[in-house]
Amino acid sequence: MSRPEDQLPPDLYYNETTSKKYDTNSRIKNIQAQMTHRALALLNLKSPSLILDIGSGSGLSGEILSSIPPPIGPHTWIGADISASMLAVALEREVEGDLLLADAGQGLAFRPGTFDAAISISAVQWLCNAESSVETAEGRLKRFFESLYIALKRGGRAVCQFYPRDDRQKKMVSSAAIRAGFGAGLLEDGQGTKAVKVYLVLTVGASGDITGVVDGMDGVEVEDGRKRGGKKGVKNTRRDEITKTKARLERKGRVVKATTKYTGRKRRIQF
Amino acid sequence: MKILTLNFLTCARKACKPQATSFPLHPADSTLEIQESDLNIIFLQNILPRLDWPALISITTELGLPGLQAEPPEAEDLVVKEGGAKAEGEGMEVTEKSEESEKEASQLGKDLHRLLIETTIQEGKLMCACCGHEYAIKEGIANFLLPSHLV
Ligand SMILES: C[S@@+](CC[C@H](N)C(=O)[O-])C[C@H]1O[C@@H](n2cnc3c(N)ncnc32)[C@H](O)[C@@H]1O
Ligand SMILES: [Zn+2]
Repeated sequence: MSRPEDQLPPDLYYNETTSKKYDTNSRIKNIQAQMTHRALALLNLKSPSLILDIGSGSGLSGEILSSIPPPIGPHTWIGADISASMLAVALEREVEGDLLLADAGQGLAFRPGTFDAAISISAVQWLCNAESSVETAEGRLKRFFESLYIALKRGGRAVCQFYPRDDRQKKMVSSAAIRAGFGAGLLEDGQGTKAVKVYLVLTVGASGDITGVVDGMDGVEVEDGRKRGGKKGVKNTRRDEITKTKARLERKGRVVKATTKYTGRKRRIQF
Repeated sequence: MKILTLNFLTCARKACKPQATSFPLHPADSTLEIQESDLNIIFLQNILPRLDWPALISITTELGLPGLQAEPPEAEDLVVKEGGAKAEGEGMEVTEKSEESEKEASQLGKDLHRLLIETTIQEGKLMCACCGHEYAIKEGIANFLLPSHLV
């Protein structure tokens, strides 16, 4: 099976068509939701936090952060993504997070100690492919992890779920994180199966290997992200979906943006 | 882009990062829009110590927004003081909600929510005072991609 990372750079791979397809695929939605809940459990946050979502895409992962009920949530998030098309889908979705067009491989531009925590769901493997001949994968990983380390507050954690091509790549990513100063541990769900999910758990302030920390987390309950399933076979348009979500939030007494002719419209961001 | 985010962003250029003038970025030609959202007072109290208050003052001035107090507030200033205006709440049944989430926002808390979370820059640009680089904002999204020779 050929990996998307080997075909095209991420901003070209996630073009308008692919971004749309990605965002409307319910299987993908469920998996991303589950993995985000898992990452959140590993972050172990206790109260509403400021979270960075690297490779936030169409907002499938970020949406989960906004949906955590009090007293632990809801969290506020800032998403960074290299694909303008993915970000356009996130805009259509009217996600609550703030969005940036940025290449994590160039490093992030946040003040020291900005975030309580960070997540990255299914994105970091993209950094292992150099975008051009003047760059190296090692250089991109270095800039990413060093800037992430700075952007997190002391004692903060980051959890990156990613799809390493092989053991060598897994090692390359985790050692880049450790070199940037993080304490790092790898956790694998479904080890040895085709559906294995790799989580790199990073801490600021504890250095070296934190396998012990991660071991202790093994029993963490994984929340099921599949509760918003809806009836099978009924296909909703994006506009329907947004209107429904708004109605639900409104019933809970929340202030939502008025539904207008712009709701769920197609967006194009052209830089 | 939320004003909250602007309070945390520096110039992305490597050469600028050590320079004090690479923060804050300066908004220009901005189109602002209010996007209403739930007030989350615990969140505001959480990030309050992390705000760069002088930068926030200069950003709001540059955007022509209402002035802020000169001194940064304390977490307790964001909620209505205990035993004060909240007398009518007494004797009401205690819900299962934690005490924290029952905190009532003060006017300052509401104002800060409006400024940091609900006020957004939809169109415009952000300028680095150190190198002069301009980051475009379109549909509320700032473009932080750099040409590779500036990374
Ligand atoms: C599989 S999607 C995951 C999106 C989202 N986190 C989710 O869970 O649905 C991977 C995302 O990573 C983004 N990405 C890839 N390389 C990136 C980079 N260097 N900087 C920022 N984002 C990147 C892609 O554009 C894409 O939106
Ligand atoms: Zn600069």
